[in-house]
Amino acid sequence: MSVVTQTEPVAADKTAPAREWRPPSYWPFVIPALVVVLAVIIFPWVFTIWMSLQEWKVGSPTVFVGLANYLRLPTDPRFVEAVGHTLSYTALSVVLPLVFGTLAAVVFHQKFAARGFLRGIFIMPMMATPVAIALVWTMMFHPQLGVLNYLLSLVGLPPQLWVFNPTTVIPSLVLVETWQWTPLVMLIVLGGLAAIPTEPYESAQIDGANFWQVFRFITLPLIMPFLFIAGMIRMIDAVKSFDIIFAITQGGPGSASETINVYLYSVAFVYYDLGYGSAIAVVFFLLIVALAALLLYLRKRLLWTSALGSDA
Amino acid sequence: MSHHLISRRQMLAGTAAAGAVGLTGFPARAEINWKKYSGTTLEVILAKGPRGDNLQKYIKEFTELSGIKVESEQIPEQQQRQKCVIELSSGKPSFDVVHLSYHVQKRQFEKAGWLADMSGFLKDPSLTPPDLVESDFSAAGLQYARNDKGQMLSLPWSVDYFILYYNKELFQKKGVEVPKTLEEMAVAAEKLTDPKDGIYGFVGRGLRNANMAMWTNFYLNYGGEFLDAKGNILTDGPEAVEATKLYQRLLTKCAPPGVAGFNWMESMASFTQGRSAMWIDADGWAPPLEDPAASRVVGKVGYTLVPAGPKGKFSSTYGDGVGIAAASKNKEAAYLLCQWVVSRGQGARLLQAGGGVPFRNSIVDDAEVAKGVKTKEWLQSVVDSAKISKLGLPVIIPVAEFRDIVGAALTATLSGADPATELKKAHEQFRPILERSEKA
Repeated sequence: MSVVTQTEPVAADKTAPAREWRPPSYWPFVIPALVVVLAVIIFPWVFTIWMSLQEWKVGSPTVFVGLANYLRLPTDPRFVEAVGHTLSYTALSVVLPLVFGTLAAVVFHQKFAARGFLRGIFIMPMMATPVAIALVWTMMFHPQLGVLNYLLSLVGLPPQLWVFNPTTVIPSLVLVETWQWTPLVMLIVLGGLAAIPTEPYESAQIDGANFWQVFRFITLPLIMPFLFIAGMIRMIDAVKSFDIIFAITQGGPGSASETINVYLYSVAFVYYDLGYGSAIAVVFFLLIVALAALLLYLRKRLLWTSALGSDA
Repeated sequence: MSHHLISRRQMLAGTAAAGAVGLTGFPARAEINWKKYSGTTLEVILAKGPRGDNLQKYIKEFTELSGIKVESEQIPEQQQRQKCVIELSSGKPSFDVVHLSYHVQKRQFEKAGWLADMSGFLKDPSLTPPDLVESDFSAAGLQYARNDKGQMLSLPWSVDYFILYYNKELFQKKGVEVPKTLEEMAVAAEKLTDPKDGIYGFVGRGLRNANMAMWTNFYLNYGGEFLDAKGNILTDGPEAVEATKLYQRLLTKCAPPGVAGFNWMESMASFTQGRSAMWIDADGWAPPLEDPAASRVVGKVGYTLVPAGPKGKFSSTYGDGVGIAAASKNKEAAYLLCQWVVSRGQGARLLQAGGGVPFRNSIVDDAEVAKGVKTKEWLQSVVDSAKISKLGLPVIIPVAEFRDIVGAALTATLSGADPATELKKAHEQFRPILERSEKA
């Protein structure tokens, strides 16, 4: 059906016999891209799905087991826990950088001496390699020899166990993630702030709005689209975060910071259970797609209301 | 140059012959045909550590002796294990000789048939010096290297016993005796702990997975066995609960804060800083403990056996071996290298550097070799451990899962969880995994 509707105008243009169908002339140009997409995106995915249907352990013959690997997931307490850890880790490491990044952007949007230099300093964490950062933070977290507990002792607080305690390990890891990625949010929001027209601020000043009201009713709605972009980038980054967690705790203590990613790595490359690992990868992928779709949907709705808001 | 070469060859041949005389009682007649595979190039994959160093440092001697060129690389242990498994399962490994960790990989490698059988080579006098006989390897070594059919699939290279390191100065200060039993050790640890001064009685692995290597020593000494006759795992029985209670007691009451995240490295840091009075770990740490640049406890360290339990006195044992990939095209040349790696000369160097303990009794018991070992007390603890050696982990395929799952249960007890409940939960999770992998 679609073929007919597409070829009709082409055939009419070229005055060729109406019945004869010829492949469009752009085909040769499409093929290289198609091959690359098939080879590096489609094929690995189809292969992963296929592997997830096998009992596939390195060193043993593979057996087709249907959905058995998927049925194992809900009964695997480590996987269920890992999903919980992933969600809490992601939620915290999206929200905190957004809050601090926005605050930092508002501050760095003001004009003051050495602003450019300080901005440069502020975005430095973002430029460092996560594994290198992780190693430095591991030393700082050390309960006996680390600098963090020393700093706490200066203000009279008792020493903490940081990443060495199951209850504080995720917040401590989020601290590192927040420290590293707040600058990214700041940069995006700073761009947003620069794009805001000055008129609303002038009229707000005339109306006698205070700083908080200006921020709440003018700045925040106008930078909302930028915050959503930042939030989406952060979400995708946080949900698949691996390097910081692996380098600092390897999922420990116990399995208290084992996210889906870290567990997936263990299953596939330490236990060599490729079939089950692939099933986890597929579910993980669906989770990311679902989260991204949710954010896109929210963004669409939000853009619509904010557009309406600026119209009104 | 040629003079140099001959003298080295003579040295090696000499030591080989001397060993043979001492051991077997009859003089060596056959000669190894070293040059037969001259011109071959061998690829070797090593786990990073003192054993790999020992090989690489002296490999030129082997090349001079045999004309075989050896290209070797050292990769950190975890990554090396992964790389080996992935390459071997592909059927076309890039290496001929592989350095394997028995306690993790034995069953996996055997079941997959990745290693070549060496039994024939071992009996061939043109490949094997007369002093290298199976019976010279310790029982644990043979248990590791042989498969169920009695074939030798690798040569046992270096063994790790768990020993007790203790700080003599701290013991003296508190008037504490060196413990002979696990219970005495726990009492001593409590006595030595003084959090106000930042001194703790005991330090050891709390980190999931790594902690199993220490815990199994308690388990064995409480009389535990890993598997029953049918291959069922037993590590949640009453012995395991007792061992875990001791583990919990030591690491929560007498260990530095944060011990739940400690591996050997963090434990060693605490011990070398003089912050912990006792430490149980593998026997390879004497060199850093006695190195003035890295340690504050030089000359104050005591080395002794892991204290006995109510139903056992063992030293949990782990080990490395060197094997030939079944897919290798240079098996004879590869074997020449393997037997050189575990030779008397190389083994003595390894022991004297404190980097490992050879599996061969003739090296460890040799008074001449012992003269070259710096820390005598350490050597004594190792020799004594060898007599009570027992494999420290169950010989099963999913060792990594076992260590992760049961290890996580142990770590959980450090934040107050009940040992019996945690062990039960962990084994409910682990049993199906074990069943799946052993029956497949």
